[in-house]
Amino acid sequence: MDVRFSSEQRALRDSVAQLVERLRPESVRALDDGERVAKLDAALTASGWRELRTADDAGAPWATGVEVAIVAEQLAQGAVDAPFIGPVLAADLRRRLGAAPAAAETIAVTLDLSAPARADGDAFEHAALAVDAAQATAALVLTRDGGLAQMPLGAATTGVDLTRRVVEITPGAAVAAVSDRALPADDVTQWTALGLALTSADMLGTMRGAVRLARDHALNRHQYGEAIGSFQAVQHLLADAHVATEGSASAALRAAWAVDALAPQDALAAAAAAKAYAARAARMVCETVIQVHGGIGNTWECMAHVFLRRALVSSDLFGGVGPNLTRVLEHHRIGVAS
Amino acid sequence: MNFRDSPDEAEFRLRLREWLATNTPDLPASSTSDDYWAAQAGWHQALYDAGFFGLSWPKSIGGHELPTVYDAIVDEELAAAGAPPRPSLGYLVQGMLEHGNDDIKARLLPGIVNGRDRWCQGFSEPEAGSDLAALRTRAVPDGDEWVITGHKIWTSYSDAADWCLVLARTDPDVPKHKGLSAFRVSMHQPGVQQRPLQMINGITREFGEVTFDGARTPATDMIGAPGEGWRLAMTVVSHEREPGELGYVARYKKVVNELVKQVRADRSAFDEEPVRDLAWALVEVEMLRCHVARRLSERLDGISHGPEGSVDKLLMTAVEQAVGHAALSVGGAGHGGWDDTALKVYLYSRAQSVMGGTSQIQRNLVATRILGLPA
Ligand SMILES: Cc1cc2nc3c(=O)[nH]c(=O)nc-3n(C[C@H](O)[C@H](O)[C@H](O)COP(=O)(O)OP(=O)(O)OC[C@H]3O[C@@H](n4cnc5c(N)ncnc54)[C@H](O)[C@@H]3O)c2cc1C
Repeated sequence: MDVRFSSEQRALRDSVAQLVERLRPESVRALDDGERVAKLDAALTASGWRELRTADDAGAPWATGVEVAIVAEQLAQGAVDAPFIGPVLAADLRRRLGAAPAAAETIAVTLDLSAPARADGDAFEHAALAVDAAQATAALVLTRDGGLAQMPLGAATTGVDLTRRVVEITPGAAVAAVSDRALPADDVTQWTALGLALTSADMLGTMRGAVRLARDHALNRHQYGEAIGSFQAVQHLLADAHVATEGSASAALRAAWAVDALAPQDALAAAAAAKAYAARAARMVCETVIQVHGGIGNTWECMAHVFLRRALVSSDLFGGVGPNLTRVLEHHRIGVAS
Repeated sequence: MNFRDSPDEAEFRLRLREWLATNTPDLPASSTSDDYWAAQAGWHQALYDAGFFGLSWPKSIGGHELPTVYDAIVDEELAAAGAPPRPSLGYLVQGMLEHGNDDIKARLLPGIVNGRDRWCQGFSEPEAGSDLAALRTRAVPDGDEWVITGHKIWTSYSDAADWCLVLARTDPDVPKHKGLSAFRVSMHQPGVQQRPLQMINGITREFGEVTFDGARTPATDMIGAPGEGWRLAMTVVSHEREPGELGYVARYKKVVNELVKQVRADRSAFDEEPVRDLAWALVEVEMLRCHVARRLSERLDGISHGPEGSVDKLLMTAVEQAVGHAALSVGGAGHGGWDDTALKVYLYSRAQSVMGGTSQIQRNLVATRILGLPA
């Protein structure tokens, strides 16, 4: 056992961090800076990171869950407003069915974000939501018989999360089959594990970014003639936030590794545990960060709610605390009372 | 980046698993029964004699000089076998390795590692808990001996100990952190008395109080230089904060495994709340296992942890207390006078946020030493 990052993984982490430092939104207003957003998106496209889960010559993904989680964490740390998780999960689905990769594609999920949207035949019965959909022209959905279908998307709008856009899909929307092969159950399980690992990594980055924001504020904001970071009550809030972040990091690391390294059910169990842990932590941490900011923290201009909103969405995507505690219980065969 | 065993690790794991299949004692947890302590020394010695204890320590003191990740394997296998955790002595060993001279290391450490010499740690005093440096126990030189007078409290395993690592003031004229020195003191002498203290869960062998009234120890048993006591104490407590050092993952895992079995046997007897508490305990223990793997791997780079130990201690405390809550809500308090093991597990878990430095003190350290907030 040696769970240190390899030198390649550290290099990847550092190059993502550099891009983030250069092009992240440094303020809420910067979210509207179209020029920056375009540069960011172009840089991300050029990096090739969104294609890390497409197939290599042997049909395996170019990179494991660990590398994509590294990217997801770093992007979230800077509240980066360019798509990543959606396109990566779409590419991973295509690879599993041997379908050719497609650009500008994301995934669609149920309105509560907890599960992939399912189309019935050639149409949607229920409303759904394409997530992480800025610039996406299409979304992948599963069909009821286990196949994969694609639907064209209209323009994306801002939803709960100010950094990642969505497209609402109305009932009756038409879909076109991508493959008539059904996705094996094990693939759905592994793909779900990847979704949980990536959303956990995203929340981890969000927590790191949020704690850093609050720490800087605690050093700069003075009351009673002292930096508020010198008050023990504030210190303990931030210490708890830091500790919860570190616990999430450890659980998320194993989840990311497990995606490709463990049997599908074990990967899912590791991912569910990490997701439940990180989802509880992320809300606590982001709420703490708002509290440490006081009145400012409750204004739209403060980045604190940008982190909280992003955490709420990543938490709900593939299910938050409740559904994942249920997965953990099912794994230990103590699921539902019979 | 791999959570899996290397071939050597896998071979070691298999060997340990086979050994445990026939050598796992049927011992209650130390936290719930005094019976544990009667057999603890035997368990330690058996583990050591079979080559499964002190894995990462120098061969010269009885260790195996293996990477620390082997300790994580031991913890996992002990938990899987339902065996007691490995004795947690790493803090004593690390403290002496770092601060003891060659004579101390050669003379004292082998007996600690092989489990033949039992030690306790006499730091805290009635008036010096969190503010440890305020301690009042005095050590005064007398020929080639030191004479020790003072009162230690909450001393774990004082009733089983042959020796005590005593922190005492040797120089009252310098600032309080600078006047402390550390000694090995025999518990078997007229000047030493120990009295067990009963814990809130009823057990009496977890800790006690010790009075030193003119107790004597040879000058050669001072550990570290005069005035080095504070630094030694900080080394000791920082290792005491590391879950990898303590082998607690095995202890927690053993409890949750038993709770899972209990629920599985009669799932419909449990409603949402206890099952959810148990789910959280499972999630927390799994997190800690990953966290220990992460920390032990970082040590392969030669990183030894300073303030990060406080993060680990706070995580470990949250895990122990989540397990305690799950035990209470799944096992029940035992109102009918039947098995109160769950209640004992729960009540014991409250001590984790006090021993080894309280959670408030750990948060102070995280805030000032890691986050860089004003001290
Ligand atoms: C099971 C158990 C085993 C132990 N084993 C040993 C042992 O083997 N050897 C040994 O030497 N000691 C041992 N101890 C003692 C332990 O280290 C002390 O109890 C601990 O350091 C706290 O000291 P105290 O009890 O005096 O509490 P106090 O220091 O009086 O603290 C009381 C309360 O005040 C808070 N507080 C104090 N100072 C601050 C501050 N600066 N900021 C914020 N809050 C503060 C504390 O967090 C706590 O909530 C053990 C304790 C327990 C419970």
